[in-house]
Amino acid sequence: MIRSEVFKTLIPLISDQLVVCNIGLPSQELHMMDDQPSNFYMLGTMGLASSIGLGLALSQKQKVIAIDGDGSVLTNLGTLPTIANNPASNFILLIIDNGSYGSTGDQPTYAGRKTSLAKVAEACGCDNVIECKAEDTAKVMEAALKGDRMTIIVCKCKSGNVPVPVIEMDAPVIKHRFMEEVKRRNA
Amino acid sequence: MAVALPLRAETGLRQKERPTREEVSALSISQKIVDGLIEHNVNFVTTVPCKQLAGVIEIVEKTPQIMHVPSNKEDEGMGLCAGAWMGGKRPCIIMQNTALGVTVNTLATLIQFYQMPLPMIISYRGELGERVACQVEMAVHTKALLDQLHIQTYHFHKPDDVEEIGAIIKHTFMSRKPTAILTDSNFWGGY
Repeated sequence: MIRSEVFKTLIPLISDQLVVCNIGLPSQELHMMDDQPSNFYMLGTMGLASSIGLGLALSQKQKVIAIDGDGSVLTNLGTLPTIANNPASNFILLIIDNGSYGSTGDQPTYAGRKTSLAKVAEACGCDNVIECKAEDTAKVMEAALKGDRMTIIVCKCKSGNVPVPVIEMDAPVIKHRFMEEVKRRNA
Repeated sequence: MAVALPLRAETGLRQKERPTREEVSALSISQKIVDGLIEHNVNFVTTVPCKQLAGVIEIVEKTPQIMHVPSNKEDEGMGLCAGAWMGGKRPCIIMQNTALGVTVNTLATLIQFYQMPLPMIISYRGELGERVACQVEMAVHTKALLDQLHIQTYHFHKPDDVEEIGAIIKHTFMSRKPTAILTDSNFWGGY
């Protein structure tokens, strides 16, 4: 399974959740498959999906799913100790680990070679880290959503992309409708 | 300026433990900065340490109205602030000017592109009185970078400049833009 196929299995579960989605193809794929006001699409700033997600989770009560990639987590590796030491029980970090920089031409990442992001996360102090096969991601996500613990999911999937249009929505519009949705759900 | 903190000598401690006038001044300024944050409902602060800002960070950590989430790098901290803002909190980042270089992309493509407010309380290392030559290397770029990014910038040079903190915080959230408050060595009463 490639990332977009993993997304297909996840959409029934995450469609009605607050989602902070990584820059590039992940946001474009999610936007194409299931655009929702509860989705925050990153149009720039590689690496910060998990930081934005954690800040959001710590600031309000609803569950937050940050969808990140292995390349992006490697870019902002300092995020893992911050997540571990500021646990938010409403936070789920899903790392789609396809071992490549998908948005830039599928160059290999170190996570696809010797580096285990699940072990890095554990070493950083994250105490509920689940590495799973792409096919099992939906099952693991379902359990994480039902649970009451911060969860880091590392989904090992194949590298590959589908053709997707760029997101034309203006950044302040994405932010505004997302914030309205956050407010409504916390009212 | 008025000093709210009692000198340690008055509490019977030995003379050599008595803080210098500069130390008392820095403590008082730190408290005024945090008071300004509280007064304008800033309730989420991320910090990357600097010696000059140590007092502010210590007070922030002890302030119950403020959630303090230390970050490992300033761009990460700005991501936390962006999330906190969208979650209904009023964020602020405390950092050193040497880190401006690593935050240029985040300021442009996250904070500015999505129109988010972000007060940045920045120690302005490398100014008059600096002892570490390398600090000057980023000091000479600090205002130029902020200017290039069209970031509204306030330079605190004298201790009394701290009185403007509240107005600047208010202005930052009104304008939904990042704001830099550069606090130099002279403002803090020397190194």
